[in-house]
Amino acid sequence: MFDALDAVMLARIQFAFTVSFHFLFPAFTIGLASYLAVCNGLYLWTKEHKYLELFRYWVKIFALAFAMGVVSGIVMSYQFGTNWSVFSDKAGPVLGAPMAYEVLSAFFLEAGFLGIMLFGRERVGPTLHMVACGAVAVGTFISAFWILSVNSWMHTPAGFEIDPDTGQFIATSFWEVIFNPSFPYRLTHTLTAAYLTTAFIVGGVGAYHLLRRRARGERPSEATKTMFSMAMWMAVIVAPLQVVLGHEHGLNTLEHQPAKIYAMEGHYESHPEGAPLYLFGIPNDETQTLDYAVGIPGLASLVLKKSLTAPTDGLDTIPDDEQPPVFLVFWSFRVMVGLGFLMVAVGLWSAWARLRGDLFHDHWLHRAALVMAPSGLIAVLAGWVTTEVGRQPYTVYGLLRTADSVAPLEAPAVAASLIAFVVIYFAVFGAGTFYILRLMSRPPVFDEKPLKDSIDGPIRTAGITPAPEEATRRGGPNAVPGE
Amino acid sequence: MGIVEGFSFDLTVVWAFVIAFAVLVYVILDGFDLGLGMLFVVEAKKHDRDVMMNSVAPVWDGNETWLILGGGGLFAAFPLAYALILPALYVPAIAMLLALIFRGVAFEFRWRTKRWEWVWDLAFIGGSAVAALSQGIILGAILQGITVDEGARAYAGGWWDWLTPFSLTVGVAVMVGYMLLGATWLVMKTEGDLQERMRARAWPLGLATLAFIGTVSLWTPFLQDGYFVRWFTGVGWAMAGGVAAAVGVVALLMFRSLTIHNHEYRPFVLSLVLFGLCFVGLGICMFPYIVPTQVTLWEAAAPRNAQIFMLVGAGILMPIILAYTAYAYWVFRGKINPDDGYH
Repeated sequence: MFDALDAVMLARIQFAFTVSFHFLFPAFTIGLASYLAVCNGLYLWTKEHKYLELFRYWVKIFALAFAMGVVSGIVMSYQFGTNWSVFSDKAGPVLGAPMAYEVLSAFFLEAGFLGIMLFGRERVGPTLHMVACGAVAVGTFISAFWILSVNSWMHTPAGFEIDPDTGQFIATSFWEVIFNPSFPYRLTHTLTAAYLTTAFIVGGVGAYHLLRRRARGERPSEATKTMFSMAMWMAVIVAPLQVVLGHEHGLNTLEHQPAKIYAMEGHYESHPEGAPLYLFGIPNDETQTLDYAVGIPGLASLVLKKSLTAPTDGLDTIPDDEQPPVFLVFWSFRVMVGLGFLMVAVGLWSAWARLRGDLFHDHWLHRAALVMAPSGLIAVLAGWVTTEVGRQPYTVYGLLRTADSVAPLEAPAVAASLIAFVVIYFAVFGAGTFYILRLMSRPPVFDEKPLKDSIDGPIRTAGITPAPEEATRRGGPNAVPGE
Repeated sequence: MGIVEGFSFDLTVVWAFVIAFAVLVYVILDGFDLGLGMLFVVEAKKHDRDVMMNSVAPVWDGNETWLILGGGGLFAAFPLAYALILPALYVPAIAMLLALIFRGVAFEFRWRTKRWEWVWDLAFIGGSAVAALSQGIILGAILQGITVDEGARAYAGGWWDWLTPFSLTVGVAVMVGYMLLGATWLVMKTEGDLQERMRARAWPLGLATLAFIGTVSLWTPFLQDGYFVRWFTGVGWAMAGGVAAAVGVVALLMFRSLTIHNHEYRPFVLSLVLFGLCFVGLGICMFPYIVPTQVTLWEAAAPRNAQIFMLVGAGILMPIILAYTAYAYWVFRGKINPDDGYH
């Protein structure tokens, strides 16, 4: 077994670890940035104080999660070079440009306006502060656009040729590179997943405070109710949409990366008379069989080819050295899909409760929403495991093998850095998660007056310092609650 | 050097300037952030630390983005250089990334706890120090050269090759220089006792920075024959003399400015110019190589269509970025109120 832990496997583990940890933060902050922009916009529009409470409540959590996303993201921008230098040399002429565009069009936008979003409301006035909130939200979108384009190209490369002298991929059309065949599907599926992730976290926190208030015999605040209600609207509308988008993405994968679909379905064998949809099974790559399989006959053919008896191919049509490892792909896919359908169920349940006027009283719904709070994060990671393990053994699908992409490093170097990443990530991001959970455990409170000059009042154009009473009223950084 | 005569101003050179510009902006912007982080160690009072941290809290994220542009830009415009340099500098590069994690999260975590505040203060100091040291080591290691297997287009050395007296010296030099930037930044952004202490600290830091500039400048020509020829033959003498004279004049102006009470922003600006001059010297030294003295800019360059495609974006977006970055600095201009925050 330890023979398998060569430099390639260690580098793969390191990339999987650092990118998975990193993606947890953007998966949450992409949706949260939009949610904050919406809350701030609703506050400016309706002047209802509850929206300002929600903004102030979630912006602290956002700042923490965003900072962790930034620092773990910088690691990613260098991992290509440190651990995958051959890939970088070969794919850089194609993928470097969209990644440079991501930095130029998204990272700077987010970083440049984040300071104003967090610190600048009094300094720039409500309109420009709203612009800053919008810029941060749009920045997260643009970032997702470019990086998912890059990722998609590695799955479905297009618009390139290979330089015979250097072995480098050279773009023949950057349009085809960016809008490669799997990109639209991956982009919409991933962005929707980020929205659902945020919705279920926000909904879970709202549900928690509804339950807490109820346990104490108190009435929930307007802000808490609004938080829960907005999240459940997202669940009922977006979760079913995600099922459709995921299905479309799957059909696109069947067209371009059939081996991945065979692994997801556990189809080692071809099924000329209709393939079953396996609900359970233990994939065994050695024997090329799905052991203890439980399936519904014909259903996989129906899902993939719209007919119960449509013939489907299996991994038996793929050479052994081009097959992905099936176990991880098969099970991570089931985790993702299972959670997806549970999200749909919670969304429908909330709609039914809302129709009955029971949305803020159905405590079993609140308990379900609380349990489902991390479901988006788990589903997102499971989905990425499915797609990334499913395209093995390639980094650039069909063209550049993972084993041929790795940097010329000695295994001890990669092992040492992997240990450092694991220890530090768990310590640092563990602490950060603890601080986020502690902030979430406090209810949004009506303890502050509306900002006196943020609505109707004169816009203070970048005063040197805020007025003294402003500073004392807001407590300042010394006023750390709790602890 | 024959290559200088054959020099043509093409897209590859443009991209070299763009990357160099990104790295320079990173060095001076995150330079004062990291220097300020190291200065935490001598400013133990909570109030002073609050002021110091809040002076960069709204902008540090933007400052660090230039590092991503430097790395991402290198990947995009000179993929071969990116693929050679990062494996060669594996240890300091990973150390820098991990240090930046500690430094970055400290901005947020520090406000979220009382009991553990000291831990995140320590993370801020240690993260800033290790990041600065690693960046200096990376610079030193690139200057002293790395082992390249040109046929395989790959790094061919060991994972501790970067560790030499020279690279460590450059590492410490960068730490000291960043502290000078941090001190003069705080002269500009703070008032009262803290400002006076920073003004006093800028003196020894400035002298130490000059000493390190001198040491590294005299050491570098003996690392590689090419550097020696570049600096000490023909027009090299003139360039070397010019840069050295400019450094001397700027340093004198900076020290003079530190003695004048109402000069608050000038010491900072002059210390930035000092860094800029070092950067020019570095550029003269390395050109036309991107991996001295193995791989030239042209050998490592991305194909022309990628250069053009990216230059369109950079040409449009970089002025916009500079505009709103300047705007963000302008919004948060002036002295720091430690209570100004969202925490």
